[in-house]
Amino acid sequence: MTSKRGTLDLLSERAIEALIRLCGISAILFVFGIFFFVFREGAPFLRHLDLGEFLFSKSWIPTSQTVPKYGVGALIVGSLSVTAVAMAIAVPFGLGAAVFISEFCGRKTKETLKIVIELLAAIPSVVWGFVGLSVMSPLLINTFHTPIGVNMLNGALLLALMSVPIMVSIGEDALKAVPDSFREAAIALGATRWQMVYRVLLPASKNGLLAAVLLGVGRAIGETMAVLMATGHSVRIPTSIFDPVRTLTATIAAELGETSKGSDHYQVLFLIGVLLFTITFIVNLTADLVVKGIRKQ
Amino acid sequence: MIPRLNPKTLLAPTVACLAAALMGVGCGGDSPPPAPAKGEAAAPAAPVKKKTIANIGSDTMVNLAAAWAEAYGQVDKSVSVEVNGGGSGTGMAALINGTCDLANSSRKIEEKEVAELKTKMNKEAKEFMVGYDALSIFVHKDSPLTEISMDQLGEIYRDGGKITKWSDLGVTVPGAKGDEIIRVSRQNNSGTYHYFKEAVVGKKSEFKLGSLDMNGSKDVVDLISKTPNAIGYSGMGYATAEVKQLKVSKKKGEPGIAPSIATTLDKTYPIARPMFVYTAGEPPEHVKKYIDWILSDAGQKIIETTGYVPLPKK
Repeated sequence: MTSKRGTLDLLSERAIEALIRLCGISAILFVFGIFFFVFREGAPFLRHLDLGEFLFSKSWIPTSQTVPKYGVGALIVGSLSVTAVAMAIAVPFGLGAAVFISEFCGRKTKETLKIVIELLAAIPSVVWGFVGLSVMSPLLINTFHTPIGVNMLNGALLLALMSVPIMVSIGEDALKAVPDSFREAAIALGATRWQMVYRVLLPASKNGLLAAVLLGVGRAIGETMAVLMATGHSVRIPTSIFDPVRTLTATIAAELGETSKGSDHYQVLFLIGVLLFTITFIVNLTADLVVKGIRKQ
Repeated sequence: MIPRLNPKTLLAPTVACLAAALMGVGCGGDSPPPAPAKGEAAAPAAPVKKKTIANIGSDTMVNLAAAWAEAYGQVDKSVSVEVNGGGSGTGMAALINGTCDLANSSRKIEEKEVAELKTKMNKEAKEFMVGYDALSIFVHKDSPLTEISMDQLGEIYRDGGKITKWSDLGVTVPGAKGDEIIRVSRQNNSGTYHYFKEAVVGKKSEFKLGSLDMNGSKDVVDLISKTPNAIGYSGMGYATAEVKQLKVSKKKGEPGIAPSIATTLDKTYPIARPMFVYTAGEPPEHVKKYIDWILSDAGQKIIETTGYVPLPKK
């Protein structure tokens, strides 16, 4: 009887272990699978693609009847610039809010703030896009006296609003993970609350905060619907934050639906997908290296 | 191909489940649902052999064709219309290869295509004009501009065109910040984009880069209504009180023609074109009935509600 129980336990243990292992490996399989399929759709075009022109030319005229041009330079600049401006807005607000929630505010305010911020994260991106198009656009025209309301700043503000909730919740977790003994020691040494945050907590939670920021970057660079609606969707190299731009993601979303499968245009759009994949990969890799660098110190 | 599911076959199990659930019997439970409920629900799901009409072609007309197909589903339940875009040329190719029953086209069939149809299928192309597509040029409602010529439009939109500022057109837009003309255009796969390119920019030329490429006809109008400096093109049916439609003249100096159903029909308005459907030879009975319905008041009403111009009433 007991030995039977034992083998049964052992078996179920094994089965569960295998299941968990499968779950772990499946993430890798999915990532490589997606990369493989996206790459396979775009790969045939690589043969007659001038990589230099693809990456650096700003002429995106894929449906020309005479000479189609597939330059995504302007789109790369568009994606990166919108994300950069969004982060310039979101990082101070996001991390500031995380510090406030974790260290400064009372229990009641904390609960309310957390609920409201989670609500902010639950707003679908198409709703954000709509806000950008119909609320922010006239507001920007009248406030900044710019000719176009759907522009880089509009898109960046939306992206900032969308990535702040992620930064706050991850950032707050990172700060919470710092042991209370750190705080007690700092206060005991006579540090003010701000000194404690600035000199003790921030350095101690560096990795977590960096992860929070990078997740925000990932959210911003991959966002499609809101930027499609709010950035103006215009192929050009922006010269100010009030210029409309076009992002890589928005281009895929706008054009893929109506290209015929297997055409050059279709394949180039998939190559843009590969490019986005590469960009996020580089961002994650840098993050990893930076985190490792910090650990060594 | 988008398979059109018979809504009844989808509904039947759901109805059966709901009926069973109401009676306190779980779906997929051990005890089978009471026989009468099952019988009632299963009865309307008896298989009906459906005839299909494969309808391929023009992207400009794809929304219209889909609206027709959907409405026709209510009219004749024994026929299902499968709509696909791809462009007028794709539709013609499908007609020649015998893979579609009905080809949508926003241009007339070419002689080459007529000949191919003759040699490959030994059939005459049969043409049905179903309506018109007219593009309006929109500006903000406060803009003092009332008319524009085709040449000026070309100079505004064409790569290398000289008009970039409102002062080049001799106007200042009240409430505008700056003098730059903000060009609103469409994404480069849309039928409207291609027609505008053909009619205004020129087949051999390209659009000036840096226009705001909206993703729908309605978005163009929405954006212009909020941007005093903007100009853009979209289907005539998308006009609202927030924007102004310009009169368009064929040449500078000639009188501008306001876009309307009447000016489209008498061909004085320059940015309008007829829309066709084609069949290979005499259409079979169920296709013929569908075309007749398209040309009837019900079908023509849909043309108007989707933003196109219906045929003149006989």
